[in-house]
Amino acid sequence: MFNTALTWSDLAFLAQGAAMTLAVTAVSVTAGTLLGILFGVIRVQAGPYWSLPLTFVLDVFRSVPLLIQLVLANAFQSIAKLGWGPFTTSCVVLSLYTAAYCTEIVRGGISSVPPTTRRAARSLGMTWWQDMRYIVAPLATRVSLPSWIGLTLGVMKDSALVLWLGLIELLRASQILVTRLQEPLFILLICGAIYFLISFPIARLGGYLEKRWSPND
Amino acid sequence: MFNYTFHWNQALKALPQMLDGALITLQIALLSMLIGVVCALALTGFRLSGNRVLSGFATTWIEIARNTPALFQIYMAHFGLGNFGIHLSPYTALLVGIAFNNAGYLAENFRGALKAIPDTQTRAGRSLGMSAIQAFRYIVLPQMLRIAFLPTTNQMVWAILMTSLGVTVGMNTDLAGVTQELNARSFRTFEFFALAAVIYYVIAKAVTLAARAIASRMFRY
Repeated sequence: MFNTALTWSDLAFLAQGAAMTLAVTAVSVTAGTLLGILFGVIRVQAGPYWSLPLTFVLDVFRSVPLLIQLVLANAFQSIAKLGWGPFTTSCVVLSLYTAAYCTEIVRGGISSVPPTTRRAARSLGMTWWQDMRYIVAPLATRVSLPSWIGLTLGVMKDSALVLWLGLIELLRASQILVTRLQEPLFILLICGAIYFLISFPIARLGGYLEKRWSPND
Repeated sequence: MFNYTFHWNQALKALPQMLDGALITLQIALLSMLIGVVCALALTGFRLSGNRVLSGFATTWIEIARNTPALFQIYMAHFGLGNFGIHLSPYTALLVGIAFNNAGYLAENFRGALKAIPDTQTRAGRSLGMSAIQAFRYIVLPQMLRIAFLPTTNQMVWAILMTSLGVTVGMNTDLAGVTQELNARSFRTFEFFALAAVIYYVIAKAVTLAARAIASRMFRY
């Protein structure tokens, strides 16, 4: 009834692609989040006027298509003779891309903590660092975590674009199989199912946390 | 510093060609948004209809659109549909892919906007003697549009950025496609793509600012 030339080793090839997708995502999200927290704190601390240059640069990362950013970074690294492979280039671009969005999330989270709460902490004799660590961080995390999960999934999906640099991630792996086996629909469906299986449960968790932690109940 | 001579002139000479490409980009983005909004309204209606088949269809569409990469959706339109004997040109495939994606995200926005309007509003309208349709048209819809407007313009910016994915399925008339062709002819990758990035940035900013201006005019209390 249904015949396919797809073998187990092809499935293993797809799984390798998926692993590459996850690896790129993990590296980029980790680095991007750390940078994003740093930039977010700087933006809140420096105020809108002094952080204008930072805001502008991060805005560029959000207003230029990721594909163009990847091509530009790849061209730049060969011009500057940095000798980065596609994996490094992809991770650098995606990290900055993540950081640009994460900064907004972190800033939103920190701004959601009422200034009075922070002043109360400071008047109890807490240092700036203690205030950040014990008062702001727990409260801001509750506000930011659902959108951060959304961001992580967004980066996971956008990481498909690194195929343009020749990195064999999930979508590229399935494209290679399509070229060989000529069964585009079936293989793409498997590929889509893998993306869906990674993304959907985490998206649901994010939605649940958002409902559970929303401040109005 | 770099052992490389930048040839910006070459890129600037190609600017008119790239601006033509930018128009195509805008055209695809606008069309995909129009189709997306219509589909999203239909999906929102399906979800509220209470019909299990319709709401199941809507939920499937929305979850697939939101949980798989946009590039995958475009590939699906371009390569996947070939299995059914439907062969779309890169332009159509790109349009279909982005419109599908837009519809999924917009439907979620519209649902959120609808949920933000209390039921009591509809009931108040009904008790004033409005029909269900009138209550929806005059009470709920204007408020919903107001709430959904900004997310929708965000989606428009997303749609513009997503059009750049067309180059992966062989699109060569939009901004990214034109740039890629110029690049293939001259190998001045950095110059051409830097110029393309500037154009994308300007378009994205222009759309955002225009949307803000429209919002401040339309949604005055």
